[in-house]
Amino acid sequence: MNEVMNILAEADLLKQKEVKDVYDLLEEVCDPEVPVLSILDLGIVRDVIVTPSAEDNDRDVTVTITPTYSGCPAMDMIAMNIRMQLLSHGYKNIKIISVLSPAWTTEWMTEKGKSKLKEYGIAAPHLLKDDSDLHAVECPQCNSRDTKLLSQFGSTACKALYQCISCKEPFDYFKCH
Amino acid sequence: MNQLINYTLHLADNTLVLAQRNSEWCAHGPILEQDIAITNISLDLIGQSRNFYQYAAQLINENTLASSSSDKVYSGSTGAKGEVTEDSLAYIRTEREFKNCLLVELPNGDWGQTILRQFFFSVYQYLLYEQMQNSSDVQLSAIAEKSIKEVTYHVRWSSEWLIRLGDGTEESRQRMLKAIDYLWMYTGELFIPASFELIMNIDHEIVKEKWMDKIKCVFEEATLPVPDGTYMQSGGKEGKHTEHLGFVLADLQYLQRTYPGAEW
Repeated sequence: MNEVMNILAEADLLKQKEVKDVYDLLEEVCDPEVPVLSILDLGIVRDVIVTPSAEDNDRDVTVTITPTYSGCPAMDMIAMNIRMQLLSHGYKNIKIISVLSPAWTTEWMTEKGKSKLKEYGIAAPHLLKDDSDLHAVECPQCNSRDTKLLSQFGSTACKALYQCISCKEPFDYFKCH
Repeated sequence: MNQLINYTLHLADNTLVLAQRNSEWCAHGPILEQDIAITNISLDLIGQSRNFYQYAAQLINENTLASSSSDKVYSGSTGAKGEVTEDSLAYIRTEREFKNCLLVELPNGDWGQTILRQFFFSVYQYLLYEQMQNSSDVQLSAIAEKSIKEVTYHVRWSSEWLIRLGDGTEESRQRMLKAIDYLWMYTGELFIPASFELIMNIDHEIVKEKWMDKIKCVFEEATLPVPDGTYMQSGGKEGKHTEHLGFVLADLQYLQRTYPGAEW
């Protein structure tokens, strides 16, 4: 009995490693619109499944992703880049599934991702309690909270345009979504 | 099944036609930030319409395989090789096949008219998606859950503009009054369900009631009168459109009709 358990545990470890290997590769795939963020930082990879292939000795990889915004033009490119990345590391049977529910939220963005955004000059998403809280966005340049919203819509679907009143610098804010 | 396909196409057409209208503002917005705002809204709507068209194409293809030839689930226009895809549904169908509401196909007019149309529609869309999230149809519910987050921004943005223009200068106020006068009779159609809308568990009376509440609330802040006209235009959902839709589609579909199957 113990022996069976050991074999199962070993198989489980092997499986975990296979999944981790794929995640490590996905860490290198970037958001084409905000290239400092990996797709893992962004929180759009929802699942990775690695299974033995029915056809050959290879592994089938299924990556489930979810769009940030319905019309985000980066999604098709991200799916293609995931495929290229896995292909170039020897995976042949790759399936990429896009799911809409549960809907993506900026809460899925990693802390590492948020600090990378700030370094890049984009204010990270910040949960606003209500409309009167719109001024709580921090300037990524000088950290002042004395900022104003210029436009709810920015250079990409996921950003709004702000200006810092202290240092006068305009900046992008990654909208809380 | 036909009704579910028609319903999904109706949702897709509403979003695509309004997206196309809004995109006409690209590089013509009153200031750069607002040019970006209206085209961002356009992009959100195109994204939503893609999700609906993809789902409609999937329903059509799966059920065509499953059904006998005498019992067609879809008899509309298809691509050159008879295929039905999100692209063929958007680019090849004729105006009589489009099931969008009249409101979304109307000309942009001035900025005030565009804002008012967006406000009327976004408030409606928000209330519709709010109920659709609980639909038993998993995919429509997922699209609604995703889209409502975007529509929340559209409602906020168009409300702010409505208040700014209504309670602005004499000129901006006059233009808003004119826009209200023009658009009001196209709002009634939103709440009169077509036969295909009855399959969805949506309470249209509640949508209408909540829509009126929101309109009254924002109009009051904008110091604009809520119209009491009761004559309403309809027909869009059954494919009977104003003369404007043909021109919208002529622009939208030009490339695929001139160079069928073109890809790049």
